[in-house]
This record gives sequence, structure tokens and C-alpha cells, in this order.
Amino acid sequence: MVDTSWLKISKHGLYILPADAYIDPINPVDKAIITHGHADHARAGHKHVIATEQTLAIMSARYGANFANSKTALTYNEQFRVGGVGVRLIPAGHVLGSAQIVLEYVNTKIIAAGDYKRRWDPTCLGFQVEQCDVFITEATFGLPIFSHPEPENEIKKLMQVRDLFPERSIVIGAYSLGKAQRLIALIREAGFDETIFIHGAMKKLCDLYQSYGIQLGSLQTTPTGKIDRQQISLENRFIIAPPSAMGTKWAQRLNDPLIVSASGWMQVRQRAKQGGVELPLVISDHADWNDILRTIQEVKATEIWVTHGREDALIHACRKMGLSAKALSLIGYEDESE
Amino acid sequence: MRAFSDLLHSLLYAPQRLVKQAYLVQFIKNTPDPDRGYVLSALTGELSIKGVKSGLVRQIAYQKCDPILFDLSYDFVGDLAETTALIWPKADNKNIEVKISNVIRELQNSSGLDASNYLQRLLDQMPEVQRWALLKLLTGGLRVGVSARMVRLAIAQTYGIDINEIEQVWPLIEPPYLELFNWLEGTSKKPEARGRAVFQPMMLAHPLLESDIAKMDFSAYQAEWKWDGIRIQLVSAKNGVRIFSRTGDDISNAFPELVQPLEWRGVIDGELLSGIPSKIGSFQQLQLRLNRKKVPMKMQVENPVFMRAYDILLDENKDVRMYSLEYRRNLLENRMKSELHTPYLDLSEILPNASFTNLQKWREQCRAGGLIEGIMLKDKNSAYHAGRIKGKWFKWKRNPLTADLVVLYAQRGHGKRSSFFSDFTLGAWHYDSKQDKNILLPVAKAYSGYSDNDLKKLDKFVRENIVQKFGPVREVEKTLVVEIAFDSVQRSNRHKSGVATRFPRFKAIRWDKPVEQANSVSDLIELIDNN
Repeated sequence: MVDTSWLKISKHGLYILPADAYIDPINPVDKAIITHGHADHARAGHKHVIATEQTLAIMSARYGANFANSKTALTYNEQFRVGGVGVRLIPAGHVLGSAQIVLEYVNTKIIAAGDYKRRWDPTCLGFQVEQCDVFITEATFGLPIFSHPEPENEIKKLMQVRDLFPERSIVIGAYSLGKAQRLIALIREAGFDETIFIHGAMKKLCDLYQSYGIQLGSLQTTPTGKIDRQQISLENRFIIAPPSAMGTKWAQRLNDPLIVSASGWMQVRQRAKQGGVELPLVISDHADWNDILRTIQEVKATEIWVTHGREDALIHACRKMGLSAKALSLIGYEDESE
Repeated sequence: MRAFSDLLHSLLYAPQRLVKQAYLVQFIKNTPDPDRGYVLSALTGELSIKGVKSGLVRQIAYQKCDPILFDLSYDFVGDLAETTALIWPKADNKNIEVKISNVIRELQNSSGLDASNYLQRLLDQMPEVQRWALLKLLTGGLRVGVSARMVRLAIAQTYGIDINEIEQVWPLIEPPYLELFNWLEGTSKKPEARGRAVFQPMMLAHPLLESDIAKMDFSAYQAEWKWDGIRIQLVSAKNGVRIFSRTGDDISNAFPELVQPLEWRGVIDGELLSGIPSKIGSFQQLQLRLNRKKVPMKMQVENPVFMRAYDILLDENKDVRMYSLEYRRNLLENRMKSELHTPYLDLSEILPNASFTNLQKWREQCRAGGLIEGIMLKDKNSAYHAGRIKGKWFKWKRNPLTADLVVLYAQRGHGKRSSFFSDFTLGAWHYDSKQDKNILLPVAKAYSGYSDNDLKKLDKFVRENIVQKFGPVREVEKTLVVEIAFDSVQRSNRHKSGVATRFPRFKAIRWDKPVEQANSVSDLIELIDNN
């Protein structure tokens, strides 16, 4: 008999009653278990934080080493107990250090998958499939229109555009944590070994990835402040910058920039177009529709809880598959900045 | 099909006009006939596929996937073609390349179930980008930021030929434009009219700006009244006389009196006006004659029309466009005295002594006379060119009328304005004898003229002052006065106020003005031309 009465929805997020701990709480709490380092999931101000070593390192890089009073670093698949609840972190394939949280209590096994994906990513461990009673999934791309192509093909387009416009600077908008490093690694896999330029805001996290042995090759930070185009020419170079830097003075200094954006949203043309993107690349760190459905089948859960995203469609599809499904309607997790 | 979808995709994301044109040129160079012409006709909007409409696309999408999931997806994407293309199950790696010309011909010749089955088979074989391109083509409106003119410019550029040559030939050809490309590639002769009445692209005027006035030598310009009618072109060919609108649409059916056979062959340019030359009717009367398939004799008698000619393009099949305006005008005057001497044709008067001082005076007088929108100034030496050529023809419109009106209702706009209340219904005061008080009656709908900043303020005003909702329409507190500019006022039976304004637009927001001081309906009635 599946008993889920010990896992509640609270205003801070999912709350594990017997452990007195929250999963990815959106407000400061005493005890937090964090799935991954993206800012809407890993916030500052908790007293005690339990996460993978990499996630803790990412939080330190962002919020300073004293972002919590105490920390517990877990390795993947390490057994741990919090107030009688079995807690285990297993790879989610989203970004470096990202984890699904496996919770076991009174003969019920619940997995909170956090954000996850099933596609190839040279910068983090792949998603680990584990059977459970209740699977808590995101639904960022929970509509059947979302079908992400293989990232290798998208990288090919990037290489083609570089050959086509040798006089332009190719600026790629990508989220600073995860997407940027994955793109660099994918570009390296495609055989490109020249220096890649990165926006200053990305340096810390790229260094951190490299310190964990992830090969990003030769990187150079673009100069901040005033730059003279004579001094540094970025023509025919790849420059990776956070999407927020695209509309700023920083981008205006680049020579005839060709704006590329790498995100799952790029599949919807009018959305891509609105952002002034010239080359949209559909590269996502989330699971697409078919991967979500496949994962739900593989984990063999009888109950599906949906945290955030396009929950209506996913719940409809789960019910058609004969599964019990509900929306948790958690607030505070953004999906726009994927 | 691949060449088409690749082109469409590139055009959609190309940020600048020049880049778009480069893609077009590349496409024209690399694509064989007839695919090339069919694709270009899709971009110019000249391609028509009648058997397949949005309804059919939605229907096959519902058959292919869960309708609930389709609707949720459609809500998210907001475009039927794109939603269907994205949601359609992946091709099983067959990806058979089909020729777009075959697809178009097949769809043009089928309808109903045949069209539906064929379309489904096609979508099953195509990758997503091709499904998207095909469905955009079928559901109308490609929206990739390419105009018909841009397509013709790209053709001209590809073959290193003057754009005007392409413009002149364009009305003679039909998709897939084989005649055109054969001529451009030197394998056949230039397309000819062969007895057909063919529209010639019109010359257009620039608005006269302050900066133009400063450097203008007025003696070099021919001045005429700018009449408030409809610009038309009369073409007399072997097969008969036709009347074309400014955009080249054949509107002969609505004006049978103008298409009586003439002994003369050629093309003249002018203004269609209501009434007779000695007594011109209002624009409103002219509107009653527009868009009719048939005009009963009674209407022809009661509401006559005539053409006021001001230029000549072809004369007895001689192209006179490259001659000066002075030469053409002389020719026109002679023809009007002889071959073109009919009751429904009349010559546009040249204003003598058109000094700057006189022009200014006349422009002020336009308002009092009515039926005249302003003054036209045309370089006497200019040839007749297609399109808007800088410095040759100018229109100097009279100053608009203005009124202070009260904001009554607001509605959201479209496209990039969809998040703003940008369309406004505006009212003027009217004494209602039954209620024995002044009430506000709608007299104008305006949705332009304001700055982005003013629009934000107007939007904020609406949101904070909503009284009632009627579907998408919001009624607001009657507290805000706005100054509205408009071209003229007309009587109207459709509006309770009995008046309608032409081309009303925002001039200023009068935050300071009390609503009681807004204009009244009777103020507007006084502004009606020829009242």
C-alpha cells in the first residue's frame, strides 16, 4: 500500500515531514535538500543544505562559501538517513551535480527527479533510471510539440554558419550554468579546438567545471569595460554569453554579431523570432515530451506528480496511460530561462 | 520541397532586408523551373490553392493526434501551421523528396477527401521544417517579411536587369512565371500583352516635408489639386477597356460607364471621382459604387462617376513614360480634345502661377472648398517611373482637422500590441432631448498616432478606469479627453451620432482638459465639407 502522507506541499516547496526537510525550497529553511545548482532551485539562506558535492560547490561559487551554516555532501547512490527517511541522490543528467532525490519511508519509494534530461551531455552523468512508487516530474517541455533533435546536428548548423559568415562574430546565448559548458563541450566534440570566448559572468562556473575534470579546451574571457575593435577582433569566433547580455552594450561592441540562441524554446519559431535570434539551436537541458513519457514508463511508478511547466497536457497523457497523476502547482520555479 | 523550406526558414530569421534579398537571389540562381516560380509566387501572394484551408489542416491534425493535446499545444504556439508541423509524428526516416511544383499542382486539382489524404501522406514523409513550410503555404500568409516588390528586386538583381523592366512585365505573367525566366535567360522573347489590357505600375508621390520646401525650385514643378477620389488607371487595348486600382486590381465591373470601347489604344492615369466634372460628389458617394460586381442602370444615373486624367503612359502603343512630364501633358491635352473626348473623362487642371506664396494660400483654401485633399507637385522634367521616386512627385496635404473627444471604450490591439489597450472608441457631446441632458455619442475609432510612451499611459488609464466589460471591449470612466486629428467628417447613417470621421488618429492626450469642454457632435457637423 503506497503511503504518501509523509510528503507534503508547503508554501516553501515539497516538505518531508519525518525528516523536517524541504526539497529545493524557495524560501530560507532549516534543512534543505537541493537537486541542482540553478538559482530557482538552489537558493541562499538555508541553515543546513544536503546536496551533491558539485552542487554545493556551485552554490559556493554563486553565494560565497558561507551560504549555509552546515552542509552535507553526498556522493551519487550513497545511502543516507534524515529523521528515519532514506535519502539517496542519483544522477538526473540535467547539469553538473544534478540529482534525483530518492526517498524511502514506510515501504513507499518516492523519487523527486528535479529537472532532468535523457540526451547526451558530456558535462554530467546521464540520468539513472530507478523504479519507484511515486515519480515527481517536471514538465517544462510537457507538450507533444516538443521533440528535441540530436544535439550533434544542432552543433553542425553552428559550424556551417561560421563558415558561411566568416566576417561576423557568432554570439551564442546560453544559460551560465550547464548550458554554456555543455555547448562548449559539444563544440569540442565536433572537432573545434580554437579558443572559445566567454562572457565574464561565466568564468567562475567554467573554471569550476574544469576543476571537476570536464574538458572545455582553451577559453578566454571577453574584456569588460571599453574595448577597441582594433585591439581584439572577434570575427569568426564563437562567443558564449548569458541571454541577458544580448541586448546590452556588451553585445553592441562586437563586430556585426550573429545572434545564436541555444534552448528548447527555440523550437517554436515565433518565440525564437521575437528574441531577435538569427540562428536558433534546439539544445535543451530538459527532457522533451517523448523522453518524459518514456521515463514515466521506465520508472514504473503508479502515481505521477507534476511540479512545474505544462502540467495539463502531461497529466492528460498520464491518465490516458492508466496512471494516477496530479499537478503540485509549485510556484517559484521558472522555465523561461532554460 | 527542401529548397522551399530552407528558403522560408532562412527568410524568417534573416534580420535585415539585404540579407533576405541575398537569400532570394541565391534561391533564384539555384532552383530549376517550375519549382522556382511556384515558390516565388507563394512569396508574392499570387499563388492560390483553393482546395485546402485551415479547417482541413485542423481536421487532419485532430485525426493524427489527441485533440486535447493538440488544443493545448495550439494555445501555446498560437499558429495552426506551426503547431501541426511540430506535433505531427516523426517521419520514419523515409524523407522522400517531393517537388514543390508537383505538390502545388496536385493540391490545386484536388479537394475534399482526396486533398486531405494526399496532404496526410505528404506530411508523413516530410521532416518538420518541410511540414511547417508546406502548411504555412496552405494556410495563407507566410509572414517571413518579404514583399512582392522585394521578390521582383531579387529577380532583377539576379539577372542584372533594371527593376522597371521586371515591373512592366509582371502583370503579363502568371505563376510559375516561365515566360519571365525564359526571357531573362534569353531562350524566348519578352512577354507581350497581345491585345490584353494590362495594368502598368503607377508612379507615387512622397509627402512634402519642411526640409523639401527649403530646397525646392517651385517653378520647375507642375501644380495640380489633389482630388479626394480613388487613383485609377484606364487601359484601352485591342480586347477592350479596363479600369485598374492603384494596386493593379481590375475594378472595371464596378464602373461600366468607364469601360466603353475607345478608338484609341493606350494607358492613362487619373483620379476616379463621383458626380460629373461640373459638380463633383463626395467621397462617400464614391464609396457606394466600390466593390460591386454589377451596377444597375439606376445607380449609374443617380450616382455617376468620371475620371479626371492627369498623365499618359502609353499612346497608340507607344511607350511615352521616358518622356518628360511636359511632353506627356501636351500629348494628354491633345488626346483629351480628340480621341478621349467623352463625357466621363476630364482633364486635371494645372494651377498657374504656382509660387510658394500662392501654393501656401491655396493649400489653406482646400479646406473651404472640400473634395480637395491638398496639392500635387510634379517635376516637369520627370519621366514616369514605377513606385515612389525621390524628388519627382510630391503631395502636400492640407492640415488635418482636429477635435477634442472623450475616451469611451478600449480594446486590445493585435500583434506586438496585443498586451496593450490600443484601440479606442471616442465620443462627442450631444444634447438628448428625451433625457434632457448632454450625453456622449461615439464619433471615431482611433488606434494610431500616439507614441509608445503615450500608449503605455493610455493603457494604464484604461486598466485603472474600467467600468464594464463587453467581451473584449472595456468601457472606461468618462474622464479622459484626447485631441484627435482626422482628414474629414462625413455624414453617416450607421452611427447614432450621424457623423463619421475619416482616418482619425491621436494627436495629444489632454490630461488637463475637463470632459465638459470636449467638442460636440454639432461642432463636427460644421466641419463637413460642402455642408
